[in-house]
Amino acid sequence: MTELIDFISNNIQMIYIVILMIFVGVEVIGHVPAVLHTPLMSGANAIHGVVIIGAILVMLGADPENKLALALGFVAVLLGTLNVVGGFVVTDRMLEMFKKKK
Amino acid sequence: MEYVLSLEIIYLIASVTYILGLKMLGHPETARRGNLIAATGMTLAILGTIFLYEGEVPGFIYILIAIAIVLGTVLGWLKAKRVQMTKMPELVSLFNGMGGASAALIGLIEFEHYHGNTLSVITILGGIIIGSISFSGSMIAWGKLNGTFNKPLRLPKYNLLNNLIFLGILAFAGYLVWSHSSSQLFLYILFFSALAYGVLFVLPIGGADMPVVISLLNSFTGLAAALGGFLYGNMVMLTGGILVGSAGTILTFAMCTAMNRSLVNVIFGGFGDTDSGGDSGSGSKLQGDIKKTTISDVAILMNYSKKVIIVPGYGLAVAQAQHAIHELEQLLESKGVEVKYAIHPVAGRMPGHMNVLLAETNVEYNKLAEMEDVNPEFQNTDVVFVVGANDVVNPAAHNDKSSPIYGMPILDVENAKQIIVNKRSMKPGYAGIENELFYNQKTSMLFGDAKGVIQKLITELKGM
Repeated sequence: MTELIDFISNNIQMIYIVILMIFVGVEVIGHVPAVLHTPLMSGANAIHGVVIIGAILVMLGADPENKLALALGFVAVLLGTLNVVGGFVVTDRMLEMFKKKK
Repeated sequence: MEYVLSLEIIYLIASVTYILGLKMLGHPETARRGNLIAATGMTLAILGTIFLYEGEVPGFIYILIAIAIVLGTVLGWLKAKRVQMTKMPELVSLFNGMGGASAALIGLIEFEHYHGNTLSVITILGGIIIGSISFSGSMIAWGKLNGTFNKPLRLPKYNLLNNLIFLGILAFAGYLVWSHSSSQLFLYILFFSALAYGVLFVLPIGGADMPVVISLLNSFTGLAAALGGFLYGNMVMLTGGILVGSAGTILTFAMCTAMNRSLVNVIFGGFGDTDSGGDSGSGSKLQGDIKKTTISDVAILMNYSKKVIIVPGYGLAVAQAQHAIHELEQLLESKGVEVKYAIHPVAGRMPGHMNVLLAETNVEYNKLAEMEDVNPEFQNTDVVFVVGANDVVNPAAHNDKSSPIYGMPILDVENAKQIIVNKRSMKPGYAGIENELFYNQKTSMLFGDAKGVIQKLITELKGM
C-alpha cells in the first residue's frame, strides 16, 4: 500500500497529465461530423508518431558498442518517421479536397 | 540546465499544437490548418530532441539517426503522395502499424537497462505488448483492405482461443515482472506472442469492420507511445500518446454508432456469423423479378425530374467514376434539376471516405447531404440514382431481424418515386447479403460499369 502511495506522490504530475489529457481527447472529438472521421483518424494517427521521440532518445542514449540496439533503434526511428511524415501528408491530401471552392 | 529548460518549452508548445490541431481537424474550414499546426509541433519536438540532447553522443549515431529520418521522410512522403484516394484507408492502417512497431522496438531495446525497476519494467512490457499487437493487427487490416484476404478467417473456437492467448501473454508478462527476469529470450518470446495475438485478433474480423479495427489499433498505438513517455518522463510523448489514445477510443465508438454495432460485436464476431443471407444462401433467398432499364430511359426520366438524389457507394470509387458523376450533376443542374448527394456515414470504406472522394472532384461541400438530413427528403424526390452502393440502402436493415445488418441506419431511398440502381451485376455487396430493394416495384436496374454508364447518360442528356 505504501508503495502505491509512493508511486502516486512520485509521479503526481504525470498522473494529472494523463487524467486531464483523457478528458481533453474526449472533448476534442466530441462533436465532430461523420464526414471528418477519416481525416481525424488519420491526423490522430500522425500524432501518435510522437513515439519517434522515444526512438531518437534510444539511439542517442545507446551504447555505441551495442550493434543490436543500434540496429533496432535505427529501424524504430525509420518506422516512426514513416508514421509521422506519411500520416501528416496523407491527412493533408484528404483535407486539400475539402477546401472551399471558388 | 538552460538547454533542458528550452527543450521542455518546445515539448510544451508541441503538446499544445497537438491539442489545437486535433480540435481544428474537427471543423471543415480549419481542418487543414489544424493538421499543419500539429505537423509543425511534431517537427519542432523532433528537432529539439536531437539538437538539445545533453550528453556525449558519438557522431556516427547522429548520422544513423539522420539517415533513418531522411529515408523515412522520403518513403513516407512518396507513399502518401502517390496513393490513390480509394486506397487511402489501408495506407492509414500501414502507417499506424509503423508507429506500433516503433513503440515495440523501443521496449525491446530498453528492457535490459531497466530491470530491477518494477514500474519501468511494467511500462516497457506494456509498450511491447500493445505496440506489437498494433503492428501485426494493422498489417492484417492493411492486407484485408487491400483485398489480399478479404474473408474472415477463423480458427475453431477462435474467441476462446484468442482470449486464452491474451491471458497467457498477460500472465507471462506478469511473471517476468514478478521474477525480475532479465532474460532476453523470454522478452522475445513475449514480443512474438504479442505479434501472433495481433494477427489472430484481426483475422476473424470481416473486411467491412476494418475501419473500426484501424481506429481501435490507432488508439492502441497512442497508448504505446504514452507508455514510452511514462518511461522517459517525456511530456510530449505522454500528452500526444494519451490524447490519441483517448480521442481514438471515442472515434472508435462513434464509428460503431454510425454502423449501429457495438465494439464487442465487432471484435467477438456476429457480422457474417449469420451466413444464411450470404453465399451459403440457405436462408431467405430473395425471389422475384428485377426490372432492367436502359440508358435512354434513365436519361429521359432524369431530364424531366425536379429533384434527383445520387447515392454513391464504393463501387463508384472503384470504377473511378467520381468525375463522371460530378459532370452528370452539373449537367442536370444546368437543366434546372435539383441534385444532391446522399452520403451514408460509412459509404466507401471508412466514415467520411466518400466525402473525400467526391471533394477530390470539386463537388461542392454543401451538395453532400448527411443521412439524417437527407432521409426526410426522399419522399419529395423524383429519382434516386444509386451508384455502386448496396448495403447502405438495404431495407433489410429495417425489416429483417435475421439480417446481419439489422438495425443499421440506412438511407431510406425506397421512399422516393423512382429508384435507379447502377451495379455491375447482381452480386451482393460488401456485407455479402441480398438486397430486396432491387426487387422493389419502383426500382429499375441499370447494369454496367459505373463510369461507362454515367458517361453514356451524359452524352444522352446532352442530346436532349
